[in-house]
Amino acid sequence: MTDTSQLHYTAEHEWILVDGSIATVGITAYAAEKLGDVVFVELPEVGSTVAGGTVIGEIESTKSVGELFAPVNGTVTATNDAVVESPELVNSDPFGAGWLIKVEFDTLPTLLSPAEYSALIGE
Amino acid sequence: MTSADSSTLASTERFSPLHQAHVDAGASFTDFAGWQMPVRYSSDLAEHHAVRTEAGLFDLSHMAEILVEGPDAAAYLDYALAGKLSVIELWQAKYSLLLAENGGIIDDLVVYRLGDTRFLIVANAGNRFAAFDALRARADGFAVSVVDQSDDYALIAVQGPNALAILDATEGVTDLGTDLHFMKYYRITDASFLGQPLLVARTGYTGEDGFELYLEAARARELWDALMSAGADKKLVPAGLASRDTLRLEAGMPLYGHELTLNTFPAQAGLGRVVSLGKENDFVGRGAIERGPEVGASVLVGLIAAGKRAGRADYEIFRSLDAETSDGVITSGALSPTLGYPIAMAYVTPDLARLGTEVYVDVRGTRLPATVTSLPFYKRVK
Repeated sequence: MTDTSQLHYTAEHEWILVDGSIATVGITAYAAEKLGDVVFVELPEVGSTVAGGTVIGEIESTKSVGELFAPVNGTVTATNDAVVESPELVNSDPFGAGWLIKVEFDTLPTLLSPAEYSALIGE
Repeated sequence: MTSADSSTLASTERFSPLHQAHVDAGASFTDFAGWQMPVRYSSDLAEHHAVRTEAGLFDLSHMAEILVEGPDAAAYLDYALAGKLSVIELWQAKYSLLLAENGGIIDDLVVYRLGDTRFLIVANAGNRFAAFDALRARADGFAVSVVDQSDDYALIAVQGPNALAILDATEGVTDLGTDLHFMKYYRITDASFLGQPLLVARTGYTGEDGFELYLEAARARELWDALMSAGADKKLVPAGLASRDTLRLEAGMPLYGHELTLNTFPAQAGLGRVVSLGKENDFVGRGAIERGPEVGASVLVGLIAAGKRAGRADYEIFRSLDAETSDGVITSGALSPTLGYPIAMAYVTPDLARLGTEVYVDVRGTRLPATVTSLPFYKRVK
């Protein structure tokens, strides 16, 4: 389990784990809970260039569709094949095995701290 | 409001008499027609599968119960509703429609005959007042009373292959007018729960065997808990409205506001059989139904597709990849939990309604192929 206090967050309910120039991105437990059971995940291709703030994927539950936003400008270096095969990982382990993509970036934009994100979702 | 923690919420929200049971069970809530109802307890997929393979317990206390009673009750219903209710037997149930003068659908409902001159109508929560107002207005000239008893009733449904065994084992349920084991589908019987009146109907909205239980709201929690206890060794789980929606969609059952609206003729929705044009009396909407929907009016079909990307309500249907205007719209759609592929109900132009027709669904900008199929998508093995 990822230590969520070490993560950055976006207002679009994504978490970002920064390791050097690589950002690992997933959606938060709060977002997964709101979506309900995730049944389909569409992720960008490895090697594709993404622009921060744009929609780069979809997370579908039985009830609704959530969009995945790129939290940073960069290049996708990996996608989580396990979550494509088993979308329920987004619900069962959103901060760990349910990670979605890794993006190599140059500069990190301003992101939310754990405290700021907690305030956003009212917890 | 019945629970301490609900009293802090806005006064416009309504709460089921079972609200605290749902809070205790860790439910997530959703607004449904002004009611705060459980959308899921843990996982809507798990709850869906439980109903298909074992059993699920639903709180449907938001639904409306309207009692019709009086010497003219049967004749009144033949006039007020689309079906011929006068011919149903004592303790029989019938699905029917409340039509507008123009042939559109005000509500779809289930009518239970509780006596020669006594019927219970169960209407959708969102249509409670529209249905009651129409029913009351149509009572003029009939010796009948039409009473909205929605606030007095709780409704609990136990659905799934284990439903019979669970209800049979539920403590406190006595005085059954009909042995549960011999009770047919779409029948109802009177009974008692802890000495108070209970109605047990073999009806549901899931495509599985099951029962719907009507009783006074004050006793709802005790019955809910008794059912959960009886179901503890029969894999009974509480199930929320999210699973109810995917279950009814697989079973091809229409949902008011989606497949049925004030602008939908019954025949368009495949419900022509519900309208008894054979009955001799006039009924509200008869003239419009006899004239029929306009030529070329869209019709309801089932759609199935490959892959995992489901078309959802309001997504448009196209006859080809490059067609510029849409030829239909999805009214309900999901990745079917039981079948594993996308299913949808949609209104399409009549020339696309033939089984096997290939169409395209615009899934957020991408046209994905789908095939017209017959309803229901899922039918239980009896």
